[in-house]
Amino acid sequence: MDLDTRLQNVTVIGAGGKMGSGIAALLLTEMARLSMMPEHKSTKFRLNLIDISDELLDGLKGYLRDQLLKIAEKSCVALRACYADNPDIVENCEVIERYVEDAMVLVRTGSFFEMAKDSHLVFEAIVENEKIKIKVFKQLKKLCGPETFFFTNTSSIPIKTLDDGAGLDGRIIGFHFYNPPVVQKLAELISSDKTRPDLVETSKEIAKRLRKTIVPSNDVAGFIGNGYFMRDGLFAIDKVKELKKELGFVGAVYALDKVGRDFLIRPMGIFQLIDYVGIDVFQLILKVMNSYLPAEGLHSDLIDKMMRLGVRGGQRPDGSQKDGFLKYERGRPVAIFDPSKKEYIPYNMEGWTGKAEKYLGPMPEGNVPWKALTADRQKDAKLAPYFNTLQKVDTKGAELARVYLARFREIGEKLINMGIAGSPEDVNNVVTLGFYHLYGPISPYTEVK
Amino acid sequence: MNKLRKSVYLTAGYNTISLGSGRNEFHPRKPRPGLEDYVKEAGEGVIAQINDPANIDEGVIGNFMAARFNKQGNLPGLIPMINPTLKYKPCTRTEGACGSGGLALFTSMKSILSDVSDVVLCLGVEVQNTVKAIYGADILGGAGHYASQRKSGHAYFFPAKFSDRAAAYMAKFGKDNVRRAMAQWYVNAIENARKNPKAQEYHNANPDLFATGMANPNPQAFCDDINVFDCSKVSDGASGLIFASEEGLRKLGVDKSKAVKIYGWGQAENDLTKEPEDLTRLDTSAQAVKQAYEMAGIGPKDIGVLEVHDCFTITGLLMMEATGFAEYGHGWEFVLGGKTKLDGEIPTNPTGGLVGFGHYTGGTGVRQAVDLLHELTGQAGANQVKIDPKRPYGMMISMGGNDRTVTALIVGPA
Repeated sequence: MDLDTRLQNVTVIGAGGKMGSGIAALLLTEMARLSMMPEHKSTKFRLNLIDISDELLDGLKGYLRDQLLKIAEKSCVALRACYADNPDIVENCEVIERYVEDAMVLVRTGSFFEMAKDSHLVFEAIVENEKIKIKVFKQLKKLCGPETFFFTNTSSIPIKTLDDGAGLDGRIIGFHFYNPPVVQKLAELISSDKTRPDLVETSKEIAKRLRKTIVPSNDVAGFIGNGYFMRDGLFAIDKVKELKKELGFVGAVYALDKVGRDFLIRPMGIFQLIDYVGIDVFQLILKVMNSYLPAEGLHSDLIDKMMRLGVRGGQRPDGSQKDGFLKYERGRPVAIFDPSKKEYIPYNMEGWTGKAEKYLGPMPEGNVPWKALTADRQKDAKLAPYFNTLQKVDTKGAELARVYLARFREIGEKLINMGIAGSPEDVNNVVTLGFYHLYGPISPYTEVK
Repeated sequence: MNKLRKSVYLTAGYNTISLGSGRNEFHPRKPRPGLEDYVKEAGEGVIAQINDPANIDEGVIGNFMAARFNKQGNLPGLIPMINPTLKYKPCTRTEGACGSGGLALFTSMKSILSDVSDVVLCLGVEVQNTVKAIYGADILGGAGHYASQRKSGHAYFFPAKFSDRAAAYMAKFGKDNVRRAMAQWYVNAIENARKNPKAQEYHNANPDLFATGMANPNPQAFCDDINVFDCSKVSDGASGLIFASEEGLRKLGVDKSKAVKIYGWGQAENDLTKEPEDLTRLDTSAQAVKQAYEMAGIGPKDIGVLEVHDCFTITGLLMMEATGFAEYGHGWEFVLGGKTKLDGEIPTNPTGGLVGFGHYTGGTGVRQAVDLLHELTGQAGANQVKIDPKRPYGMMISMGGNDRTVTALIVGPA
């Protein structure tokens, strides 16, 4: 079955969630494009969007409309040709409105798996729980035809485990989108040793259609993305334990975030990133990885404690940031949670925050904020002298940054040595494309002398 | 057509900022001033330069598409809002697409010429950033013939019309030369705008304007033969000035050193339902300019400063031919040779033009007259060009649609 045929009937399970809705929007755009081709005029296209929450499905429709509207506004030059034969559609606003309506006709929403029975492609983006995922795939296997391909958005569970558990005989592959899927260019593609070669080929073709850059990852829990992120997070948590003797807990969290964001020129500090992903998700992924890689001790008492205290981070449906390690006002951190006091301690430059700043010392010369470099084609010309200076500066901040960089590189090398990533390039691609870093772990900037 | 029966003066000019992308204070999702704010600011800016607004006999306002951009019609009613003395004064709105401002000027002038009024408050306004560019393109498309052209037209209807002109001109006179001349027009526009605090490109700090101007067209997202830098800006703003008779000027207490006099005018219209006969010429504009020269009894050699309607960089090149400064087919050479720069043969669009200053469509013609007034009376600040006493005249051309509704005005010493 060719991909155009497969794309005539597609299902997304868990479509109401953040990842599911983004995946749905990407698929809908491609399916709408196909449905408007003259050769497909009499073909029916169906996108089944399944979720257990009615409320999320209602929100999903609004989200899809918004996404379609944005796409139509951007591609109106080409879109006008699709409606050239319709004399009633003249102005751009009419073209755009009609396109959104026509695309939404492809969508069916509901909470019953039966809706997926005629689908040739099924994308799963439900909770990161091995047992639940296996249960769902088992049900889908019974409902769907023998040629249906399954794509799981798991970011940590080995594909072989899901395949064996549900008995899919190689018809499942890991297609791990990054958050938010409509924006992020990266997708990790994880095949198990059972995954059918034609499914791998189909996945590569889908990635092209959805304009994603594929990085292959081996089927080891956490893959490349979380393999990096969890270890980076645990490193920072460990460092907090050391630093809190001098700076207190909130001072230590502040310092680590600052070193990551400012000294290492990353888009955000590691604790802010954990909040962005969700402390609950972080815990869940750690748990999965720990069960497959027990020798490494991938676990954090601090994360468990935060969860017990109900501090979870993550985002609201409108994309705004919930409070986690940090408290946010209009998206900006203003305080840090102290688990022993069970409250947020506001930033105080005269007090603890200032002390942490002073402890780290001034920013090494040549430092440029991440934001100023993201779109800079000559960014390496600025990064190279800065990291050179960073090597020589004798401040606590620079020292901590060097330790951080060394660990960053060590994690990258570990992912290659464990056979999870095939090459330094793959690790670097995941970190730069998926996490928006300016440089990957295997880079001249991470070579600590 | 009868010659000027009497002296008509222009004075007390005022422009608001041209607001839109490019200005640091502009943010598409933040609240911004509306039509009323701009009309009031421009009107009050004019009134501040005369002794008593009660001396204003009538008001004229140019506007293109407030009915769609702002869901507002009946614009004459905004004029009495400016000052209580304007209540019950006769007011008129003019519309001729991007030539609306030019029509406001001419309506004001004709009222003085016909002895109806001694003092006319002439305004022009447009607030376009209420919609995204892709929807604005629909609205501005109204400057073409909807019934016969819109359906088959491009998403960016007007840019595509002038992209076609660029393609035709390039095909005839050399692609590389014309492309470089268009980029040079862009460079001049931005360089002039950088000196004008009210210009939309005032904050432009691009270190290599020529390279930017040379950007390849992107037909998938925009037009085949022009890039986005070849286009005038999407702008919000208003301009205003006073038209007065000899008697009117005396009543207002304005010294003639702060005024210019009209020496010639030309106005020409072409059939909206037809496409231009020759894409490489602005024949309607040329016709209006010819009339204005004839009435004034002067030619290009007598003009010391020029304001042309450069809705696109290619229009700027074609305008140099329509105004008689360059021979047909040599406009590109004229511009590329630096002859339109501030120290060139004919300083053109010294405040930035539509590409650099901005283009609040229905107000642009009025803005051009205000800037000519300022140049000729030494009030142009950092944008002041040196006016040679042997060439004491200034000329402006306002154009609506694809060379359809055109007004040309020649002013000089009062």
